[in-house]
Amino acid sequence: MRLKLEARSHTPQAVVYLTPVLAALLTALAGALLFAALGYPPLEALHAFFVQPLSTANGLAEIGVKATPLVLIAIGLSIGFRGNVWNIGAEGQLVMGAVAGGAVALAFYEVEGWWLLPLMTLAGALGGMAYGAIPALLKTRFNASEILTSLMLTYVGVLFLSYLVHGPLMDPQGFSFPQSRLFHDDALLPTLGYTRLHLGAAVALFVVLAGWFVMARTLIGFQIKVIGLTPAAGGYAGFSQKRVVWLSFLVSGGLAGMAGLFEVAGPIGQLTPSISPGYGFTAIIVAFLGRLHPVGILLAGLLMALSYLGGETAQIELGLPLAMTGVFQGMLLFFLLGADVFTRYRLRIGSPKAAVAAAKAAPKPAEEGA
Amino acid sequence: MDLLVNFIVIMLGAATPLIFAAIGELVAEKSGVLNLGVEGMMLMGAVAAFAVTLTTGSPLLGLLAAMAAMTAMALIFGVLTLSLLANQVATGLALTIFGIGLSSFVGQGFVGKPVQAVAAVDLGWLTQLPVVGRVLFGQNPLVYLALAVVAAVAWFLYRTRAGLILRAVGESHHAAHAIGYPVIAIRYGAVAFGGAMAGLGGAYLSLAYTPMWVENMTAGRGWIALALVVFATWRPWRVVAGAWLFGGVTILQLHAQGAGVAVPSQLMSMLPYVATIVVLVLISRDETRIRMNAPASIGKPFHPER
Repeated sequence: MRLKLEARSHTPQAVVYLTPVLAALLTALAGALLFAALGYPPLEALHAFFVQPLSTANGLAEIGVKATPLVLIAIGLSIGFRGNVWNIGAEGQLVMGAVAGGAVALAFYEVEGWWLLPLMTLAGALGGMAYGAIPALLKTRFNASEILTSLMLTYVGVLFLSYLVHGPLMDPQGFSFPQSRLFHDDALLPTLGYTRLHLGAAVALFVVLAGWFVMARTLIGFQIKVIGLTPAAGGYAGFSQKRVVWLSFLVSGGLAGMAGLFEVAGPIGQLTPSISPGYGFTAIIVAFLGRLHPVGILLAGLLMALSYLGGETAQIELGLPLAMTGVFQGMLLFFLLGADVFTRYRLRIGSPKAAVAAAKAAPKPAEEGA
Repeated sequence: MDLLVNFIVIMLGAATPLIFAAIGELVAEKSGVLNLGVEGMMLMGAVAAFAVTLTTGSPLLGLLAAMAAMTAMALIFGVLTLSLLANQVATGLALTIFGIGLSSFVGQGFVGKPVQAVAAVDLGWLTQLPVVGRVLFGQNPLVYLALAVVAAVAWFLYRTRAGLILRAVGESHHAAHAIGYPVIAIRYGAVAFGGAMAGLGGAYLSLAYTPMWVENMTAGRGWIALALVVFATWRPWRVVAGAWLFGGVTILQLHAQGAGVAVPSQLMSMLPYVATIVVLVLISRDETRIRMNAPASIGKPFHPER
């Protein structure tokens, strides 16, 4: 007896939607084993990780806070991933968006007005877009791998932010701490009640809708999908691959930049050397876990936000190291990619001979119809 | 003269982790597999080597542990991409994300602890020779090992039958399969070798280059190694040339900072990353050259029935 993978001619919808759930369950199981191996009570740890943060109103709001950048970025990335454009540098675009938008806030430090936040948001989106345009240009003009260039630019971007808050944008009254002035009220996003849930969350929800509309209802969305599935067919149909590269990077860069601005104008409130715990990278997982579908991404973003929050809770409650979050996220993506095989292939048990015999024994479709 | 000797010695040291990681990835890519998990595997290799050396007191055991552990990590990647036919780009990214998380998780007890480093060789009067002594006979043993591995890989790929088969699998897996070569098994082997080498590269960082463990201590070297493979147009010895170039850039940047050049340190630190982008662009702009040299089946999943 042996196991064999057999290509599916079509994939049942249920399989598509159940594999992420299966992956999440397997991750929880593997996590429990890992906790036990490390000498922590597995059930308590899982409870602290995945249930406790949901038990308070503030916890729920915090999930929204953390899901906002993840969802914003993942929606942008999913467009590129569908077209086989790999923007791995969303973290850098996030940072540059925060820098551009934050610089606007600091430039108008003594000016108040309702127009400041929209201007900052615009600057943030443009900053991320401009930074995303670099790998797009290098890809379309010089054929350089966008995976490597966008990633290298992330290191450059983070160093640039560090330079700014250590130098030109450092708070003059900040006792040489590497951070900018605190943004004033007109440069901060309005929040819901006493929580940190800010207006950016509403923008993220709107982007989910817009993302769905673009991919499902517009010609450009169709072109991206065709080029991603079969570049040759896209070429024959006259769809430009270069256009897809540009579009993917401008959209994902712009959304990442906006996410960065929302971080500094929301929960952080100033420019600091580290403004993101790797949202730009985690968003890659979110995009895949959400099946590159806007609604799926929304759900996946909430789950990933829970993993961040759970990591913090487990650290406080059980003294578990915060790095556990990264381990969970990596495992989840592993299990998801592994489970994904069932969307494209069927598992057949038995020897090849038995399979052939079974195929012969089965009634032919024509006879069935007769 | 002393300055030049110092420069070369440090440059060779800085290039070594890149050589290890890039030569391993080169073999994997030659067999048609693109593993973007190099950064994660280097980090895990670094922490594994450090942890084992610290507990056993033997750097040799540490190196072996890093290689063994990263072979296992690479096999996880292999199971997902080769047996379960998952997307190689996504799986490689998962490996890196997982490696970053797991290494800082495992390594948090080791931050700031001293470890018995792998010492540079000392061949007595040979090492004392002026100028050439330290450059040729006074390096860390791993520096020599890296070059030996490159020589072995170059010989294997271009002078042995097995190497020819591996390249054939990377060029056209369907043709190789039709002739009767075990495509998947060969790729498993290549990926495992890539993992072991990435592990060694990481181990060199934590046991020799800066003998300590710091979170994220690879600082993008795994990604630079990936770029080096493209830069080398998939030729083993060109990997060495590229790694020396990057080693040189790294040292220049450190020296400039030490010499008090009036450029903020953060901007100087960008240099290796910017250099990688520039070099990548220069190499990739000649599209035919890339197409002639890149393994034709790279990144494509292989399923015998399709």
